Amino acid sequence: MVTTLKLFTLLAVANPQAASEFHDNRRKVYSAFKQNEGIAMSTAISDQIANEALKIGNLSFQSRLIIGTGKYRSHDEMKRAHAASGAQMVTVAVRRVPLDRSSESFLDHLSPTLQILPNTAGCYSAEDAVRTARLAREALETDLVKLEVIGDQTTLFPDNEQTLEAAKVLCKEGFVVLPYFNDDLIMAKKLLDAGCAAIMPLAAPIGSGLGVQNPANLQIMREQLPEATIIVDAGVGTASDAAIAMELGADGVLMNTAIAESKSPEQMGRAMKLAIEAGRLAYLAGRMPRRLYASASSPLSGVIK
Amino acid sequence: MQVYVNGESTELTEGLSLADLITQLDFPSQRIAVEHNRTVVRRSQWDSTVLADGDHIEIVHFVGGG
Repeated sequence: MVTTLKLFTLLAVANPQAASEFHDNRRKVYSAFKQNEGIAMSTAISDQIANEALKIGNLSFQSRLIIGTGKYRSHDEMKRAHAASGAQMVTVAVRRVPLDRSSESFLDHLSPTLQILPNTAGCYSAEDAVRTARLAREALETDLVKLEVIGDQTTLFPDNEQTLEAAKVLCKEGFVVLPYFNDDLIMAKKLLDAGCAAIMPLAAPIGSGLGVQNPANLQIMREQLPEATIIVDAGVGTASDAAIAMELGADGVLMNTAIAESKSPEQMGRAMKLAIEAGRLAYLAGRMPRRLYASASSPLSGVIK
Repeated sequence: MQVYVNGESTELTEGLSLADLITQLDFPSQRIAVEHNRTVVRRSQWDSTVLADGDHIEIVHFVGGG
């Protein structure tokens, strides 16, 4: 670089026009090199990600990020965050229509290209969750349901027993069930035996932003259930949390608060998209083993004496 | 007759159908679902579902959620 600069300075003094041409050519060559490299890299990487589409039921998604629609400061902010995140599926909640006013449909604020995943949030029994899922199916004409049966108001931890009971009923009724549950391998197996299309272990309490609290459990789940579709749901706080979940082998991540409650949901949506892709690629690439001690990267021989 | 709509006690005229109730409440009827005594009623059955005293109706739509 020093040499180039010197040459350029000499040229500039001797012949300003030649110096200008020299500078332009260098810029063209460098720019072409960067572009070619960029195209080649991004094509290979996007091919790799595309070949590994996330499959849920008979649906296929290029994005492994599923995001919520709650807590945004405005509909416009939500829409921009959704677009920036590249997510192709979003969750919505089922609630009573207010009787005192004519309300517009919240769904009108979602891009029509998005797959809607209704949830059973707020249900504390298998019975209520099943009723909610049936209502959602009737209204949206989708078999997809994010099954959520809460066991406690403070932690919003799932009631695994009620969740399993509801999952059995819904799977028999032809629903494509995605249950939120504690990160427990045995529970995961039971949910899969019941016929769930994917399993959604929590990373941390809903809306806590604590990130993956028990990476070992997720890793065990991945290793023991290699065929299962595992989507980490709840507890992600920032991009690195999502990347960690994916690096551990999750097939996808579902999140809401991390994006909605950030200062710029649009930027965080984009950050999450990149984190999910980075984490997925790192998982596919296979990380190096952890070592307690150093391992030199430069050859040990041939050092000057 | 008295019917419970979304938990609220509502006075309605005898012989009202579910379809009549929805019209009367002036909801946008798209992308909502209705339960009659804890059973989902398909849209095609709204007309033929006649309400009775003491019935419980749940009418739901979608809101933002995670």
